[in-house]
Amino acid sequence: MKNLNGYYGQWGGAFIPEVLHETFRQLKDFYSKARKDPAFWQEYTDLMATYSCRPTPLTAADNLSRHFGGARIFIKREDLNHTGAHKANNVMGQGLLVKRMGKGRVIAETGAGQHGVATATMAAKFGFKCTIYMGEEDVMRQRPNVFWMEKLGAEVIPVTTGSKTLKDAINAAFRDWVTNMDNTHYCLGTACGPHPFPEMVTWFQSIIGLEAREQIERQFGRPPARVYACVGGGSNAMGVFQGFLDLPEVELVGVEAGGEGLASGRHAARLASRDGSPGVAQGYKTMFLQDDDGQMRTTHSVAAGLDYVGVSPILTDLWEQGRVRFASATDREVMAALELTMTNEGIIPALESSHAFVQAFKEAGDMSPDEAVIINMSGRGDKDIFTIANAFKDPSWQQFIINKGKEYEAER
Amino acid sequence: MKLSAEIAQASSGKDILLMTHIVLGYPSFETNKKVIAQMVANGVDLIEMQIPFSEPMADGPVIIKANQDSLLDGTRLADCLNFARQMTETHAIPFLFMTYYNILFKYGIEAFCQRAVEAGIQGFIVPDLPPEEGADYLKYARQYDLAPIQIFAPTSTPERMRFLAEAAGGFIYCVARRGVTGTQTTFNEEFNNYIAQCRASTDMPLAVGFGISNRDDVQALIGKADIAVIGSETIRLVDRQGAAAVGPFIAGLR
Repeated sequence: MKNLNGYYGQWGGAFIPEVLHETFRQLKDFYSKARKDPAFWQEYTDLMATYSCRPTPLTAADNLSRHFGGARIFIKREDLNHTGAHKANNVMGQGLLVKRMGKGRVIAETGAGQHGVATATMAAKFGFKCTIYMGEEDVMRQRPNVFWMEKLGAEVIPVTTGSKTLKDAINAAFRDWVTNMDNTHYCLGTACGPHPFPEMVTWFQSIIGLEAREQIERQFGRPPARVYACVGGGSNAMGVFQGFLDLPEVELVGVEAGGEGLASGRHAARLASRDGSPGVAQGYKTMFLQDDDGQMRTTHSVAAGLDYVGVSPILTDLWEQGRVRFASATDREVMAALELTMTNEGIIPALESSHAFVQAFKEAGDMSPDEAVIINMSGRGDKDIFTIANAFKDPSWQQFIINKGKEYEAER
Repeated sequence: MKLSAEIAQASSGKDILLMTHIVLGYPSFETNKKVIAQMVANGVDLIEMQIPFSEPMADGPVIIKANQDSLLDGTRLADCLNFARQMTETHAIPFLFMTYYNILFKYGIEAFCQRAVEAGIQGFIVPDLPPEEGADYLKYARQYDLAPIQIFAPTSTPERMRFLAEAAGGFIYCVARRGVTGTQTTFNEEFNNYIAQCRASTDMPLAVGFGISNRDDVQALIGKADIAVIGSETIRLVDRQGAAAVGPFIAGLR
C-alpha cells in the first residue's frame, strides 16, 4: 500500500518543521516496534473488548432493504463503540503507544467533538493530562461535547484563528506540540497529517474492517458487493475498507460532504467535486480545497466532522487508482436519510455517518437481493441532539431550549 | 552564491548583522513600504518578507494574525511578487521570501523560482519543507542561485545538523528554542551549548531567531551568532505605534 517515507503513490509524506524531526523519529520508531509486536495488537483488542464494545455488531437492516427492494443492507455499528463513534479505536491504540513512549500528556484537535471526547476518555483511563484544541465555531456548535471533555478532566482551548474550525484546531495542536514535545503526544484524530499518522490511524481503525469481513461472511455467506463510508479526514472509511481492499470485486465508496450542493461551492468534497487540487498543508500532500494561490478555502457541511479541507493521502491514492469511488451527499439529503433510518430501523446515525447512508440508499434499489452492501455507521447521532434537532428545525425542541434559557436566566 | 557573498561583505566591520521580518500586505503594502524604508535607513542588513499563508503552522499568535488579516484584506501572490520587485529595486540590501511550501508547490516550484529571481529575491526560508521532501526545491533553488536557507532547532542532533547543512545555502537559521515565533527566549547555558553545536556542524553564517526583541537580546548574541533575527517584535511595534516607530527601535538594537 505504501512505499518508504509514508508515500502512497504521489500522496502523503511528512512536511514538518525541523523542531519536530526528532519527535517524529521517535514516534515512527515506537510505532513500527508496536506494529511488529503481536502482543501489542492483542493488548489492543483485549482493551477494546473489555473497555469498549468490540466487536461491534453488523446489523441486517431488513426494513430498509425491503423499503428499497434491492441489495441487502447491513450496518456496521461503530455507534456502539465506547464514546459513541469509531474515534475510540484510534485513540485507545495511540494511548497504548503513549504508555510505551512514557509520555504523560496528550493533546488533540477536534471538529465535531467526538475525537476530543474519545481522547479525554482515554486520558482519564490512562492517567494522562489532556488538552483539546477546538475551533471556536465548533465549540459553539458542539457545546455538549465540550461539557463532557471538561467533565472528563480535559482542558478545552477554543481556537480563534483562521476559519475557527477543524483545520485551525490542527494547526493549534501542532503549535502546542512544537513547544511541549518532550512529555506530550499529539493524538491526531484522523488518517491525515504527516507520516506515520495516516498509516498508524488506519492500522488502529482496521479493526472495523477485520470484524466486518468476518461478520458479513458469517451472516451473508460471502463478501458484500459494495461498502459505503463517509469521508471527512477518512479514518472510518480507511478502517472499514481495510477489510475488503484485497477483494477487487468489492466496490468501495467514499461519501464526502456535499453541503449546499457541489455547484454552490459551499461543500467539503475534495475528491467528489472538481474543486480540489494537489497541495501540501498540515504536514502532508493530498487533494485540498484551495484557491489558485494555494490558500485553503472555507468548507461547509451540516456535519462538523466532515467539514475539512484535506483528505487522507491513502484515500487520495486509492481514488487515483480507481479503487475507491467517491460521491457526495448534500445537507438536505443527509437529513432525509437520517429520518428514514430512524423510523425504519430505530437506529440514529450521526450526521457524518448519514452521508454514507445517502449514497447506499441511492444505489441499493438498483442492485439484486443476492447482493449485500455494508454501510459503516461511524457514530451515533443521539448524543448530537442539539445539532440534529437544530438541523430538523424541530419547533418543540426550540421551545424547550427557549424555556430552559429563561429558567437559567431567572436563576442568575 | 550571491547571498553568501553579500553576507560576507555586510559582515565586515560589524559585530552582528540584523535581519528583520515583515508579513506582506499586513497591515498594508503601503505600511510595509514605510517600515522597510525605516529598517534599511537604520542599518538592517537583510529582510525576510513573509508571503502570507492560510495555515501558518510554525508561527505564533502575532504572525498568525498578520497572515490572516493580510489574506482577509485580499493579498494575492502576484501582489507579493510585484511588491518584492519594487523593494529590491529601491533598496540595496538582500531580500528573502519566507513562506510555507504550498505557496511554491501550487505555483510550480520552478516557475516560482523564476518569478522570485525576476523580483530580485536572493533566498527562501520554508519552515515546513525538510530536505527529504524538497529535492525539486533544492534543485531549482540552486539552478536559479536562490539560497535554500535551512533551519536548525534545539532538538536537532549533530548528525541531523550536518545533513541539513549539506542542503543549505546562504546561512543557517537557528531556531533559538522550542515553540513558535513571538515569545521570549532565555540565553542560558543550554542555549550556549546549542549554538556551539550549530557552529560545529557548519561553516555557514548562523542566524538566530525566535524571541529576539530588544537590544539586550541582540547584544547577548554577539560573538555567538552572525545574524540576529527580529521577527514578531516589529509587527507588534507597528501595530501599537505605527511605521515611524520602527526606525528608532532598529537604531537602538546595536
